[in-house]
Amino acid sequence: MDFKSMKNYIYWLYCQFELITCSYLMEPWEKLLFYTFNVIMLVMVLYTAYIFVPVHISTAFQFFLHLFGSQHENTVSIVK
Amino acid sequence: MANPSAVCNGHLHHHHQKQNNLLKSGIYKKNGITKGMKKNGISNGTLYKKTFIEHFEQAPMYVAVLTFLGFGVGTVFGYLRDFMRAWGLEKRNVAAEREQQKDFVPLYQDFENFYTRNLYMRIRDNWNRPICSVPGPQFDLMERVTDDYNWTFRFTGKTIKNVINMGSYNYLGFAETDVNALKTVTIELQKYGTGICSTRQEMGTLDKHVELEKLVAKFLGVEDAMVFGMGFATNSMNIPALVGKGCLILSDELNHTSLVLGARLSGATIRIFKHNNMQSLEKLLRDAIIYGQPRSRRAWRKIIILVEGIYSMEGSIVRLPEIVLLKKKYKAYLYLDEAHSIGAVGATGRGVVEYFGMSPDDVDVLMGTFTKSFGAAGGYIAGKKDLVDFLRTHSHSAVYATSMCPPVAEQIIRAMKCLMGLDGTTQGLQRVRQLGKNTRYFRRRLHEMGFIIYGNDDSPVVPLLLFMPGKIGAFARRMLKKNIGVVVVGFPATPITESRARFCVSAAHTREMLDTVLNALDELGDFLHLKYSRYSKSSHPELYEETRLELED
Repeated sequence: MDFKSMKNYIYWLYCQFELITCSYLMEPWEKLLFYTFNVIMLVMVLYTAYIFVPVHISTAFQFFLHLFGSQHENTVSIVK
Repeated sequence: MANPSAVCNGHLHHHHQKQNNLLKSGIYKKNGITKGMKKNGISNGTLYKKTFIEHFEQAPMYVAVLTFLGFGVGTVFGYLRDFMRAWGLEKRNVAAEREQQKDFVPLYQDFENFYTRNLYMRIRDNWNRPICSVPGPQFDLMERVTDDYNWTFRFTGKTIKNVINMGSYNYLGFAETDVNALKTVTIELQKYGTGICSTRQEMGTLDKHVELEKLVAKFLGVEDAMVFGMGFATNSMNIPALVGKGCLILSDELNHTSLVLGARLSGATIRIFKHNNMQSLEKLLRDAIIYGQPRSRRAWRKIIILVEGIYSMEGSIVRLPEIVLLKKKYKAYLYLDEAHSIGAVGATGRGVVEYFGMSPDDVDVLMGTFTKSFGAAGGYIAGKKDLVDFLRTHSHSAVYATSMCPPVAEQIIRAMKCLMGLDGTTQGLQRVRQLGKNTRYFRRRLHEMGFIIYGNDDSPVVPLLLFMPGKIGAFARRMLKKNIGVVVVGFPATPITESRARFCVSAAHTREMLDTVLNALDELGDFLHLKYSRYSKSSHPELYEETRLELED
């Protein structure tokens, strides 16, 4: 029961995608081309995210740590 | 006839009372504003006797973004297909220049041709659908299929029966085949035949035309009228007769092509003011009078304002009281094209002049067509006798165009007599009332459902906004599957991002038919996600602020 309404909802979402991007109007080979292009772009973006996001986060974390860390040292010296 | 609001001569009784009140209490238009006219509790100093509510709701931002996205994808694929056609990878079905003309100036490179080839062709099956019955509240459609994605069609031979008609301009339901109703038309057909074979000035003026012209003049309350065989030609052939070089035409932004063509053919200078915007019009008028003609600074020979009664793509009604005030102040002429509003608005169907409670003497040239509310063909121009006499000799249509054929003239005569009540029944008035009821019901339900509807609350033309190009085709095809015929409009008839479906409510629609259509729209609105309106159930329509015109005389 839940699966059926879920399936209907996903089908409705797919229809919306088709209507918004005008792929409803395309001939089958154009649709294939369009979807292939979209899927390839999506896969590339996800792959890039998978590789680079952890490195970026750890670099950013270290940068902020260094920033706040050096401030801490400065305040200590002035107090002294 | 037990009709409470005593109809005499087709004028509602309170119309006479209003005029008597005006003269009795000695209230004349002072400073252009009628003072002391308390009617139904409306305050003093207002030009509009009833509230003027128009909606032009803007879509949410994400809709605009997604529309552009859709067009972007369509354009990219359009370029791809053009490339494939140019390089021979795909069979060419389009119009193209011949081999010998390849080095000439290109004919098909502009945006309109690109759009037609690549976007319009994909959804072309929703237009030019052949019907095979009278376009009444329901009609029969010939079924056609396409094998090569809308480049060619073939008929299967079957007809789709009883499709509910929401597209025909059949406002009063006079497009009917009832034998009793068409009795006089068949008699005239057998008496006169069908062809005229001449122009008005040669041998084409029949007694039917004289009778019709007198009837039209009486219907509108003017001195004289002249009828022409074609509605479009009435505008495009008569405006050049009325204005020429050295004259100024102030035309509304969204005027119909016939008005634009007539204005361009006349050779006068054309200036455009924003749609229904009185400040824009007043500014243009002031500039015209202050600065005169462009280089010689002479005064303009004539200044004429071209407006329509109801604009068919927006469903908006012209702000006639304000325009009449402006024209009187700045001494300009007014040409009112009532193609869609004659018969459709007003308490007895006499158009926007009656809708606003004004006198037909305020408008210099009253033009209208018989195609929409009267179920016939042709157009008229009405006004003072001098004007019509001038047109009889100087109009291109009178000299060169074949005049209206007699059965059609008789159809207009019987429809008009029915409207005025001269045939002894109240059928005409009932039709006008039914149209008003249907219009209000339809618009109210659509607003409640959450669609974006443009236009005035009283106009029977209802544009429903679709916005995205992909939904145009989907909407029309699914409505046809549910046995409802609609007209969808896109570029170039509307701005490119505002494609719409246009419904024309008719007096011949029953409540059940309207309910069927509304339920189908509800379902389809949910499925296609068309309910963009941000004002839900208890909607507060944006009330237009009454412009305060300060007039110093």
